Amino acid sequence: MRAFRKSLLLVVFLISFESQAQGTPQYNLLNFSKAPEFLSEFGFFEDMQNQIPADGVHPYSLVSPLFSDETDKLRFVYVPDGQKLGYVKNKVFIFPVGSTLIKTFAYLNKNGPLDRQLLETRLLINTHEGWKAISYVWNDEQTDARRAIAGATIPTTFINPEGEMIDVRYRAPNQNQCKECHQLNKVMTPIGPKARNMNKLVEYQSGEMNQLLYWAALGWIDQSLGSTPISNYADVNASLEDRARAYLDINCGHCHIPGGSADTTGLYLNFTEKDQEQLGIYKKPVAAGRASGNLKYSIVPGHPNDSIILFRMKSLDPGIMMPESGRALADKTGIKLIEDWINKL
Amino acid sequence: MQIIQPSDNAYENIQEALILAEPGDIIRLTAGTYNLQDSLSLDVAGVQIEGEGMDQTILNFSDQQTGAQGLSVTSNNVTLQDFSIQNAKGDAIKVKGVTNIKFLRVKTEWTNGPSPENGAYGLYPVESINVLIDGCVAIGASDAGIYVGQSKNIIVRNSKAEYNVAGIEIENSYYADVFNNVATNNTGGILVFDLPGLPQQGGHHVRVFNNRSVGNNTDNFAPEGNIVGEIPRGTGIIIQANSDVEVFNNEIGDNDTVNIAVVTYSSETDDQAYYPHPKSIQIHGNEFGPTGYNPDTSKGELAQILFELSGGNMPDIFWDGLVPMSQLIFGQPEDEKMIISNNGDATLLAIKPIGYMLPFLEPAILDIDEFDGEILPLAKVKFDESF
Repeated sequence: MRAFRKSLLLVVFLISFESQAQGTPQYNLLNFSKAPEFLSEFGFFEDMQNQIPADGVHPYSLVSPLFSDETDKLRFVYVPDGQKLGYVKNKVFIFPVGSTLIKTFAYLNKNGPLDRQLLETRLLINTHEGWKAISYVWNDEQTDARRAIAGATIPTTFINPEGEMIDVRYRAPNQNQCKECHQLNKVMTPIGPKARNMNKLVEYQSGEMNQLLYWAALGWIDQSLGSTPISNYADVNASLEDRARAYLDINCGHCHIPGGSADTTGLYLNFTEKDQEQLGIYKKPVAAGRASGNLKYSIVPGHPNDSIILFRMKSLDPGIMMPESGRALADKTGIKLIEDWINKL
Repeated sequence: MQIIQPSDNAYENIQEALILAEPGDIIRLTAGTYNLQDSLSLDVAGVQIEGEGMDQTILNFSDQQTGAQGLSVTSNNVTLQDFSIQNAKGDAIKVKGVTNIKFLRVKTEWTNGPSPENGAYGLYPVESINVLIDGCVAIGASDAGIYVGQSKNIIVRNSKAEYNVAGIEIENSYYADVFNNVATNNTGGILVFDLPGLPQQGGHHVRVFNNRSVGNNTDNFAPEGNIVGEIPRGTGIIIQANSDVEVFNNEIGDNDTVNIAVVTYSSETDDQAYYPHPKSIQIHGNEFGPTGYNPDTSKGELAQILFELSGGNMPDIFWDGLVPMSQLIFGQPEDEKMIISNNGDATLLAIKPIGYMLPFLEPAILDIDEFDGEILPLAKVKFDESF
């Protein structure tokens, strides 16, 4: 607790004259280029190496997560004391200023001193000027992570669930790349924490609990949101349609949505899209170039191999692959799911 | 001004400068070749990125590992000048959703010549307002060399597009002036297009004048699935599904298939708001060179139908004659009719859809004088270029 308080003061001192004047500690990163150089300076973790959060910082988890080159993702959220979140159906929670989403990416390997290699920790900080994104890349000793303005390339290996050793050129994104996915109508926003994507059991230090109820107990949200959980795309008991749409929503729908960075294409893959052509069914590409793979439509029902969407999910060529950034490997599980879904359309 | 020189850390140096830049900053890239493995991006308003000449400062993406563009710009009031982007894996320069963007003497090129493996677009501003492209060069794009899409207030001038599938393309855009450009050795020289299912459609007010669109006879090398893949080799200018387009004082010739084609968007679409036909098109004062002597009947239907109807005597100007059914019966409103005048001894073929379908009627109009009429010039595109 003490470490955390100290860091709050540090951040305020470093960057915010305005909030000092107001006398309340807030991450008012008016000049983002002067954000702390090291992750430890924020004091989000009681134990950096083992990723044990400080008091007031809580782990969270998503029903359907984004594919990120098979990394383990450790997610934490900080909300300033006594503040509440806003709720709008089907949208990301509205977090109060000062809130921070913290996500550490790691691989299971023995390349460093630990059983897993911490690669980078991404922060999304809600400042007075809106959400700001920044990545901190871990050092070889795994003692701290340093701010990486231009991102970083981390060539490494990991052991996949099948026990195979995989080589990967892991890319920590630069700030602009964060924006590509996190921007909607030119405003930065988190992607994952929507009520439907949070409605699940999570293992807390205090025991297992539904995440929305836990947040309600913290006083962040009301107990009665009435949110229907989205399907976990990995849950084989859910319907194929729901799983596929859940997968497309979290992996593609943040850019392929009206107002998103891929809206120029008219291909909308967000969960709430109803129009079949905009969803890609018999939709011609607009600006795909060679990424069309000599195919005519985004999705051809019953014919996954004639569907551009699957061709681009499989590709590792930067001029073809989708998503455009944030992946160096193909998502075999996702490919199989979308293949099955198109087959049954 | 921040000055960056070629080095092994070129990517980090440039990208960090682009992120830390502040409005008003100039980032200068000195002469030499910068080998970049990842795509660059600028999201700070009011920044100028400048090289020391399009043939001196070269950003080379031959070994690109990540990112779908060479350079991406998403901030307002940006000037890009005097450098070139080579061999990007996807598009060379994409600019999305900005107000005020200038490309001055910028070159985008795929150096292995026309190939379906080349990236789609060279200069690619989209969803933007006030776009100036001046003195640029675009070579080898597998879609369009210079492409402006879903934008408003556009000037493309003094530029050159060669060995692209489409040389210069204005798509789903409002108020564009395309002049003093050269489009040569492309599959199609200059395109004014409108497509359905996009956030901005109903392209209108486009002026194409004082250009040379000559010798666009490169075989279509667009990967299948792309709309430009249907353009026949040897097309000077195509206007598709736009309204208020004025094409004048151009030199158009030596195109294997046809000098000017005016056509309807012919694929199926569910988009009810989309209007697929061209209307209020004016073509005047152009100088036509020989055309149609080696038509490309392998791509799309255009050249095939034209070849059939003309008995091999290909015209300078082709119109597919398609209008909404009500207009087929009752006629087109006066202000939507195509006007073609003062084009020297240009020849024309316009399909009469009813005649084309019924056996006893004339299938086409061949008399260009039937389209003679008063030209109502469109206004010049103006915006403050001094940002």
